[in-house]
Amino acid sequence: MKKFFSLLLVLLLAFALVGCGSKGNEPADDQTGGDEPQTLHLGFVTDVGGIDDKSFNQTTYEGLLKFQSENENVEVKYLQSNNDADYIPNLSSFCDEKADLLVAAGFLFDGAMSEVLTTYPDQKALIIDVDWLDASAFPNLRQVAFAVEQGTYLAGIAAGMKAVENGSKHVGMVIGNESASMDPFFAGFQQGVWSVDPEIIIDYDNAMSFNEPEKGSTLAEKQFNNGATVIFACAGSTGNGVIANAVERCKNGQEVWVVGVDTDQYSYGVYDDAGHSCILTSAMKRVDVAAYDAAKDVAAGTFTGGVKLYTLSDRGVSLPEENPNLTEDVLAAVEAATNDVVNGVIEVSKTAVYGDTDARVVGFYSSATE
Amino acid sequence: MKKHNPVLISLIAVFLGLLIACIVLAVSGLNPANLFIALIRSLSGFYLLKPEQGINISYPLNWLLNSLPIILTGCSVGFAYRTGMFNIGGEGQFLVGGLAAATVATLVKLPPVVHVIVCVLAAGIAGALWGFLPGFLKATRNINEVVICVMLNYTALYLNQWAIKAFLPIDLNTKAKTTLFPDSATFFPLNFGSTSQFHWGFVIVIAALLVYWFIMEKTTFGYSLRATGLNKEGARYAGMKTKFNCTASMMIAGAFSGLAGAIVTIGVFKYGRIATAFDGYGFDGISVALVGSGRAVGILLAGLLFGLLKAAGTTFQMLGIPKEVASIIQACVLIFVAIQHGIKMLLDFLSKRKEKKLDGSHSS
Amino acid sequence: MAYAIEMLNITKDFPGIRANDNVTLQVEERSIHALLGENGAGKSTLMSILFGLYQPTSGTIKVRGQEVRITSPNVANDLKIGMVHQHFKLVECFTVTENIILGNEPLTKYGTVDIRNAKKRVKELSNRYGLMVDPDARIEDITVGMQQRVEILKMLYRDSDILIFDEPTAVLTPQEIDELMHIMRNMVKEGKTVLLITHKLKEIKAVADKCTILRKGKGIATVDVKTTSEAEMAEMMVGRSVNFKVDKKPAEPKEVVLKIDNLCVKDLKGLPAVKNVSLEVRRGEIVGLAGIDGNGQSELVYALTGMEKVESGHVYINGVDITDLSIREHADKGISHIPEDRHKHGLILDFPLRENLIIHEYDRAPFAKGLFVNNEAIDEYSDRLIEEFDVRSGQGKDSLTRGMSGGNQQKAIIAREIDRHSDLLLAVQPTRGLDVGAIEYIHKRIVEERDNGKAILLVSLELDEIMSLSDTIAVIHDGEITGIVKCDETNENELGLLMSGALHKLGGSDHEEA
Repeated sequence: MKKFFSLLLVLLLAFALVGCGSKGNEPADDQTGGDEPQTLHLGFVTDVGGIDDKSFNQTTYEGLLKFQSENENVEVKYLQSNNDADYIPNLSSFCDEKADLLVAAGFLFDGAMSEVLTTYPDQKALIIDVDWLDASAFPNLRQVAFAVEQGTYLAGIAAGMKAVENGSKHVGMVIGNESASMDPFFAGFQQGVWSVDPEIIIDYDNAMSFNEPEKGSTLAEKQFNNGATVIFACAGSTGNGVIANAVERCKNGQEVWVVGVDTDQYSYGVYDDAGHSCILTSAMKRVDVAAYDAAKDVAAGTFTGGVKLYTLSDRGVSLPEENPNLTEDVLAAVEAATNDVVNGVIEVSKTAVYGDTDARVVGFYSSATE
Repeated sequence: MKKHNPVLISLIAVFLGLLIACIVLAVSGLNPANLFIALIRSLSGFYLLKPEQGINISYPLNWLLNSLPIILTGCSVGFAYRTGMFNIGGEGQFLVGGLAAATVATLVKLPPVVHVIVCVLAAGIAGALWGFLPGFLKATRNINEVVICVMLNYTALYLNQWAIKAFLPIDLNTKAKTTLFPDSATFFPLNFGSTSQFHWGFVIVIAALLVYWFIMEKTTFGYSLRATGLNKEGARYAGMKTKFNCTASMMIAGAFSGLAGAIVTIGVFKYGRIATAFDGYGFDGISVALVGSGRAVGILLAGLLFGLLKAAGTTFQMLGIPKEVASIIQACVLIFVAIQHGIKMLLDFLSKRKEKKLDGSHSS
Repeated sequence: MAYAIEMLNITKDFPGIRANDNVTLQVEERSIHALLGENGAGKSTLMSILFGLYQPTSGTIKVRGQEVRITSPNVANDLKIGMVHQHFKLVECFTVTENIILGNEPLTKYGTVDIRNAKKRVKELSNRYGLMVDPDARIEDITVGMQQRVEILKMLYRDSDILIFDEPTAVLTPQEIDELMHIMRNMVKEGKTVLLITHKLKEIKAVADKCTILRKGKGIATVDVKTTSEAEMAEMMVGRSVNFKVDKKPAEPKEVVLKIDNLCVKDLKGLPAVKNVSLEVRRGEIVGLAGIDGNGQSELVYALTGMEKVESGHVYINGVDITDLSIREHADKGISHIPEDRHKHGLILDFPLRENLIIHEYDRAPFAKGLFVNNEAIDEYSDRLIEEFDVRSGQGKDSLTRGMSGGNQQKAIIAREIDRHSDLLLAVQPTRGLDVGAIEYIHKRIVEERDNGKAILLVSLELDEIMSLSDTIAVIHDGEITGIVKCDETNENELGLLMSGALHKLGGSDHEEA
């Protein structure tokens, strides 16, 4: 039995030694790197979604990777959290590593970020979707917010015009979950829709989850069956279920549309070999731009803390450059609305109305369901 | 078959789990040494790659912090298991426990210390209530407790979402959690100036383990619970109240998970979360109870082991090891414990071979 | 005559124990050979070696004259050796045919299971050997006796030539035992060889040709059954002369302790199982309840102990109506119960002996101090009982009961139940599956209890046991009492008729006098 144990130990040690052998090269690399310009370390902490969530984690990461690809000596590392309790250990870990920039995507990081920066006040950090932390207490924290209502306003116009064109006067909205940061998405969208025709009905459902595509598909099924022809899928990967449902319908010759969110989701909605997509357009929120900008500022030594708001005017929120599914007059209307918003002619409200106060919103919170 | 020390078997299971993880890493071209570097860092706070940093106490503290809730849910699963029931409802009991603690923390005004105690008690009671239903239905109607537990997990998840929005003061910035709890309702941190969230709630965990051990091994109630668990018909024949035992055991099990909810909610987060998915504490409890073979000491050690693997996840990732490797080790340890019969046979085989060799030398 | 099996000079060592010590067993072809020995004599080890479950430490095995190494049960199967285990290995929800072909399924040309042909063969085999098994019946629906025949069919289906029966009659009724004997003879007629492991001398005498006797791991002798008496064989098995007759004085019945009045009980399926049973048991007498298995005995016992609900009627102990009390209260009112199934009810097998001995009184003084277990008191008590009732086990009071022999498990239960000093001792199948020594001991204790003034209700499927112990015999058939007779005024034949329901003899006046 002792023998068995010693065998185990030897095996483990062997592995460890093999490892140490190869490890020996790494510090050498670091040392040769010492002569060259300093490497820029970017550390990114995701929530449970991870860097392939097809949503803001992924987009943020892409922004950092874009900066890495355009510059030399940039190292990007990420830590994925198993649950909310991992936020603080993960953030601290990058501080211990002396990362040049610490990035966290999502408002759920607000408490963890302030906790960690209290211990590491010199750490430069970027937090996305948060603008309420005390800027004077955290001078090295850049808080980024997006005027998403401006983007979804444009998407709403496109959706409304499509609905009118289809003669259904009925659009849908599937939201991942209700929160302060999600409210403006719906606010902008409904104002855009109603600016086209104030009588359009909006079917509104809360999936109460950002990562259940089956639920998204079920809600899309319900909304399409209720008569909606365009659905704004504003629900992370739950929204992918909405898109999947629409793709199936399009394959069967039905004409239904989905408005994507956060990134240009055109490719997610392709339903035939010719490359046609059911994605009408996407209300983009350029977290990648925010991440890229922060990394650039750190590299240039111009990084500043405080709150930074990305709007339509700096293309921090926008529709995609290419919109194959939008007709000329829709594009013209969107262009005009863009100018009006940028010039302050139109102010888009951040607060949405719901079924309890407005009968045009039906569905989840409406008394007039079905 | 000879009797082997269960601790030895568990140790071998851990070794084999690590070995397989090493092989997985080596095969995928990653450095297995990093595995141990990460584990040592979480155990001691000493980072072999950057010895100049010295000891960072937050890493071992995070290890302990990760272990606390799963030791409690391990107690929860283990307690029910010893009474012959499978408590897969730890997730739900954890959530209602957290909800109860958040409710007391935000809506009730009490002096310090008392406030924390009331929060913890409320969480325990809420968890016990959540355990009552499956236990009661099992006892009186013989409805499979697993089914009820799974359903109650989801009920708890959505109850938590709705109740926090409906009744508790919401943080207006995010609308996704309650306002921060007053200091009176949170465990004092015990982090020696580090960023760790480690807190005095560990006292509750130690107390829970003692209670677990005491009830199970030292009381007549524990005796009748164990009898019920090992042979329900036999216990009934002996005149024990098996129905009461089933219900009571599930309630106590629920209370353990509820406590886990409390120490995470008022110890780590300090606000009530609108959980959109299960955190997995209840499910981890199943592994902990299994590896710990349902005994207090075993649960403590298994909880510390799985807590270590969870806590080392951060350094794993930092060193380029996918965090899934921690899950692989966890799974391997579980499998090897589950097939401990196989390990026993291996040990028998080895000792037999040794005997034979000895015999051979005698005869020659 | 040629030998089917020869196990020559087999020795098997386990750590600390020599289970078989230079044992030689030679079984002639086309014969029934019995292997006799008490529990722990090494019968099972020897058969496990033959069946490939263990490897002998030394010795050789020859099958049909060829020397073989049986390294696994598969090898044994290939050598056409089949074993009917004491505990059946059947899938409850499968049919007879499905169970028989399990692991060896015949296929049609489409690759599906050829159940039709299999069924045909099962039926044919069943008829040839007189087994009368319905190939389509589900295991859960057929009696234990039938289940055993399914096990036998499994062997025959696999063309086994050498069939080993491990304690086959332990679970059978007298009638079923007779039928099994008949089946064994049929097998020999058809060219099979039967190896019968048992400790029941009567069966050996009835069916076997040769008998090999083991004691404490050693082969004592191989005898010709026809020319050897039961007493001789018993003496070889136990190592001393055995007294088959239970010594007892005539009973001196006193006042009524247990009175059952018009009791009706339903079984688990809700069908009437006990129908208007009335019976009295007096202090100082043993009343035996005879009957074929499944005629309401279990339900009656459960009703008497509170483990099952009573439909109508009453049960009195010392004149107190206990009909609707809980199990615990039944026990407290003066019933000790030696249960039918010692594994299911009698013991918590994974508890150590000491914890099993206090199972009724665990929460009362002296075993409990307030809410806590009083280990000193338990230890003291266990030591006393173990000593007094000669319960043997590896580590004394700390041994897991699972690891104890059947006889010692039963002794532990009997110790516990007798030591409660209840007025009524309810002994259900108290010697089921035990060896001669243990049976002798238990019978002696039961008679002692009678003489100490206890009322004893003995429920047993073994007519011999009923007849040798009881003072009065009540016979149950289909949930009804068909007869109450005095032991010395009846005979096996009359009881058999009562048990089959063909005769009713409720001599009420007789019973009053008794």
